[in-house]
Order: sequence, then structure tokens, then C-alpha cells
Amino acid sequence: MRILIVLLIAFIGLISAETNYRENLSDYGFFKGTLKDLIPADGVVPYALNSALFSDYASKLRFVKLPPGQSVAYNPDSVLQFPVGTAIVKTFYYPIDERNPKKGRRLMETRVLLHEEKGWVALPYIWNKEQTDATLEVAGGSDQVLWTDASGKKQSFEYQVPNMNQCKGCHERSGEMTPIGPSVRQLNDGQQLQHWETAGILKGLPKDHIPALVNYFNTAASLDDRVKAYLDINCAHCHNPTGPARSSGLYLTWDSKDRTAYGFLKSPVAAGRGSGNLSYDIVPGKPEQSILHYRMASRDPGVMMPELGRQLTHHEGVELVRSWIQSLQ
Amino acid sequence: MKLLTFLLSLLSLTALAQADFEKNLQKRLILAEDGSTIEIEAGRFQLTKTLSLEGKKNIILRGKGIDKTILSFKSQTQGAEGLRVSNCENIVIEDMTTEDSKGDLIKTMNVKGITFRRLKAAWTGGPKSTNGSYALYPVLCENVLIDSCIAIGASDAGIYVGQSKHIIVRNSEAYENVAGIEIENSLYADVYNNKAIGNTGGILVFDLPDLVQKKGGHVRVHHNLVKENNLKNFAPKGNIVGNVPKGTGMMVLAASNVEFFENQIINNATIGVAVISYYMTENAIKDKDYDPYPTAVSIHHNTFERKPRRVPMDSRFGKMYRFVLRFGRHVPAVVYDGILNPAKVGPDRKYPLDYSICVRDNVNQSTANLDAEHNFKGLKQGKDLFDCDLEHVKSTKF
Repeated sequence: MRILIVLLIAFIGLISAETNYRENLSDYGFFKGTLKDLIPADGVVPYALNSALFSDYASKLRFVKLPPGQSVAYNPDSVLQFPVGTAIVKTFYYPIDERNPKKGRRLMETRVLLHEEKGWVALPYIWNKEQTDATLEVAGGSDQVLWTDASGKKQSFEYQVPNMNQCKGCHERSGEMTPIGPSVRQLNDGQQLQHWETAGILKGLPKDHIPALVNYFNTAASLDDRVKAYLDINCAHCHNPTGPARSSGLYLTWDSKDRTAYGFLKSPVAAGRGSGNLSYDIVPGKPEQSILHYRMASRDPGVMMPELGRQLTHHEGVELVRSWIQSLQ
Repeated sequence: MKLLTFLLSLLSLTALAQADFEKNLQKRLILAEDGSTIEIEAGRFQLTKTLSLEGKKNIILRGKGIDKTILSFKSQTQGAEGLRVSNCENIVIEDMTTEDSKGDLIKTMNVKGITFRRLKAAWTGGPKSTNGSYALYPVLCENVLIDSCIAIGASDAGIYVGQSKHIIVRNSEAYENVAGIEIENSLYADVYNNKAIGNTGGILVFDLPDLVQKKGGHVRVHHNLVKENNLKNFAPKGNIVGNVPKGTGMMVLAASNVEFFENQIINNATIGVAVISYYMTENAIKDKDYDPYPTAVSIHHNTFERKPRRVPMDSRFGKMYRFVLRFGRHVPAVVYDGILNPAKVGPDRKYPLDYSICVRDNVNQSTANLDAEHNFKGLKQGKDLFDCDLEHVKSTKF
């Protein structure tokens, strides 16, 4: 009987707390026409990042919506400080066949980041099988996904949608929820920021000296710049002096100057078996002796990095970091 | 008949609750109102992901008791920790068992006011390097109380308090971990009435470089039973506790203002209490703000007992004892590496009293100064090498 009562109380608690946010993605009106086509409504602006976070080979579509008449100030250093009322909408999907976009795509989840008076909140919406709408699931979820990759190989795994708390596991600075991607250095592709300025949502864009990260896939860029971009977007959201991994003393931010803090011959702290019996995070010239490489390559939940949002190994990313460490003197 | 229908529906509800337990519990943790109590029923539950409590105030997470409510993470596929609590205030976790997570069992980060009470946190397959690192792991926390807990099988430390302030660890037990209880880069800690038995090292007080919270200290370790910590070191390499020789009762590494008193330090094969600098790890120091020297360490009114025997050979320390120091079957209870901070020594090449290592009034007291910085040339042994008295470290209050 007591269990029943506890369950009942918990259930009532769930209902009352969940009504603070919209139940379905369609309730927000971010998109017009058929929802799954993700055609932005007026005032909803698509954007892309120079170097994107790896999320189990999912493709992503990103949109931002500022409150009417408002804008965001240029700032070269950190993520843009969007005004209260801003929504960032990111949809994760897999093309049915990466070689042939006409075959369509499977939408997995849409994460809505809302900037409320009390701060940002992250809300995971999971798409239904029919792909007609996505529903808020605070506890996240999982589903089998199948697709054909660019080389024609069939891929499949159990896709995980993070719960609301896990969202904050990455989206945190000094204990506060924050977006990760939309910084000037990530948006600066030579057009996007200028478009934002024209649209009136970005103020104070200078003519030059705008920082930019390279695309880590761009082999024309230097290995150093590519790795800097890769580690910044894939690791530095936690591994920075105010992030969730600050207790490790390993800071992989793009502008890091301290070589020890960047991992060079740095001993691990509280890594446990994540150390893989290795002594240092980065041993120049020796990727196989570097904990950074070891943890990126692993798929063991007790070892792998990042801890969240990844189940598959990002082979291209591991290879990039491997060849970079190999190249170091 | 009505009763039967009711009982049946209750039964199916319970079955449903079992199946949906994980998702429900996570949902309750996410949606909990500040000030609420989350009760977990009795039973053994298999979880596949890290449970997370985030950004809440005044929450009690309560089971039905040790080995009554059991959260097993044996089949974990996602997340490294069993339970993770972050960015909270005044959280109590009590009366349950957590087992077999892939990483740490209970990690709490950036929590002001965290109580671990009557918890068992264990890896159940014996001591193995594939076990997770820490059983109970508050880091960057304030006002930490660990009371009446049991930690077993951690491949690093069973009870580990890192980079925290104002800490009490009491009435707790640590078995078959690499380090039983470890206080690392932490300030104002009271560690008392605990048992550390059968670990590699019993109770450790460490200060490490390159961390957010730099300098630890003001630690009291008293009225503990530290016995037979002779387990083979099974920490994965690269971790600092991998350097702890098996047979270590207690160790101070580079920490300052540490007081050990009225402990029972029994049959630890290598060392009763070691006081050493970070230089003994032979790791390079690049952190300019780091102080690698232990200072103001006082060891008094403890009881040492050790059956005469040669030290185990399988650590660097063990080899050094046999071949360099040649201690034989009677090894000193208290060992100091004797590496001094040149900035702090007087013309007599000694520390002023308030930086000294003091050892006095212990039962079966024996001491050694290894003089490690001069390649052990000035090695000294005797009963009263460090006869002095320091001001007491104050007890911790929240």
C-alpha cells in the first residue's frame, strides 16, 4: 500500500512539474508546414558550426530564435550571450542512406534550450515512430537506429537520448546551464555572422580580426588547428576551468596556453582505470602511451571520453588526435 | 473477491514498478521539488545508466537500509558513475547499497552540504583493477559528512574526499580497496572512529599538484583502527595511489597540519605511518604554486603493533627497505623521508617547530629519517628522532 501511495505522489508530482514546458515540439511553432521537414518559421534562423560535437555519427540541424526585436552582442571569447526568451533548437537525425539523401532521414530527438528568467533549461523531445511530432521526455530514452553509411556499410546501434540532468552534465559553467556551440569562433565561416548582422540579430560585428575555428575535417588546415578545434568542441565544454571536469585540472580549450593543463606530460587525477595503465594524458610522439587517445578510442562506459553523448568511437577523430600526438616532438 | 482483485492489481503494479524502476527513479530525481524526500523501496534493482541529481536543494534520497535497497550497476551501459549528484545544496543520501558501477559508485561534485549516511558501496567481485575508482567520492564539496558507511573493492580509494572543505568521516569501514580512506587536496577534515582493514593503504592524506584546490591540510585522524592493510596494490598505473606500497597503515603525502592520535595501527607489513614529500613519487612538478613538502605533522598517543617479519618485496618501497635501508625484520613504525623545503630550514638545517614533524608518546614507537634527498646517506633510526610537540589541529565544525 505504501508503495502505491509513493507512486501516486510521484505521479502527481510528475504531472504538475511537467506542465511548465510544452508537451510537444509542435506546440512551440518553431517550424512551418509539415513538422518533420523542419522548415523554419519566421524569425527562426538556421545556423551551422565550423567544428561540430561528435554525437554517434548523428547529423544535426540547428536553429536559433531570438525574442522579437532583440539581438545578441558580438563577443570574441565565449558563447554568445543570448537574451532571455531565446530558444536554441537542435535536431539529431540519421540519413537512411548517407550516399543518397533522397531516401530520407530518421529524426531521433530535438533538444530545445530555452533561456528563461532563471537561466537556461534543456528539454529533450523524442520523435515518434511516425515522425509526426516529438514529445518531451525528461528522463530521456533510447531506440535502435539503422542507417547506411557513406561507404555503403549498414550501421546500427541503440541510440541514447540524454535525460535533462545529463544535458547539464555538458552544458555547465560554474554550476549554471549554458549553450555550448554558438560562439563567434564556431559561427565565423565568412558569411553566417554577416547574415546574422543583416537580419538584425547580431550587433557590433567588427570588420576583421574575428576569431575562427577551422573545420577539423578540413585537411587543408594545419594539424594543430584541426586538433585545437576538435578538442575544443568535443572536450572543452567539460574540460575547462569552470566546467564539470574542472576537478581534473585538464583544460582542453582552444585558447589554452598552459601546456601541462592541456595534457602534455600531465598525470591523471582520479582517472581510475580510465588511465589505462598509462602515466600521462599526452606523451608527445607516442599516441599509444597517451591517455587522451586511449579514452577517446574506448567504448567502455567506465573509461571512455566524452562520458556522455557517445557510444560509438569516432574513428576519424581518434585518427586525427593520433596523428597529431605522433607529430609532436 | 474484491480483496483478491485489489491484491492482483497491486501485484501487477509492483511488477510494473520493477520494470520501470530506473526510468521512474531518474524522473523523480529530475522533477523533485526542493525540500522533498525521495524514498526508494526495498529490493535489488538493476540499473543501466548513471542516476543523476542536479541543481537541487534540501533533498533526502533514502533507501530502506544497507543490503535492503540495493542498486546494482553491474549491467551498466551508459555513464561512468552509479549515482552522480552535482551543483546542489544540502543533500542526504542514506540507507542503501550501491554496487558494481563501471566508474565511481557515488560521486558528488560542487555540493554545499552533503551527507552520506549508512551506505554500502561495493564492488562485489573482490579487489580487481577493473573495479571502479572510488566508492564514495565527494569532490569540490563543502560540509561533507560521511557517517556509518562501508566501502569495498575500489581500485583507487574506498572513501575519497577530494578538493573539498570542512569534512567529517566517522564510524565508517573500508575493506579491500587500494586506499581505504583518502583525504586529498582538502581542508579541515576530521577522520575518526573508522576501520580501515585489509586495504593496500589504510588512511591517506595527500596533496597533489595541478589541481583547482591547491593546498590541503588541517586534518585530524584519530581513534581509528588501521589493521592488516597488506593487500597487493591493484590500482591501474598512472594513478597516484598506484605508488602506495602494500602494507601501509597511514601516509601523509605533501600535506600540512596533519595530526594522528589514538589510532590502533596493527600489523601493517611495511609502514605504520609514512610522512613523505611529492618528490618520492618521482613525478615531475610543473605547478609553480604547489608545495611538495609535508610540514607540521604530529603523531602521538597511537598504538603500533607489528609482528616481526621482512617487508613485502613487491613495491619500490619494499625493495628500498631490503636492499638500501636494510631494516630487516623490525621496521620502524614511523618513517619520514627527510626531504626538507630549503626555503623553510634554519641555519641548523632544521625546520622551526611549527613546520616540524613530531612523533611522541606512542606505544611501541620507533622512527626513521630516511634522508632521501642525500640518497639515504644520513639515514637515522631510533625511538625519539622527532621528539617535539605541535599545537593541536582544531576539530572540524560545519
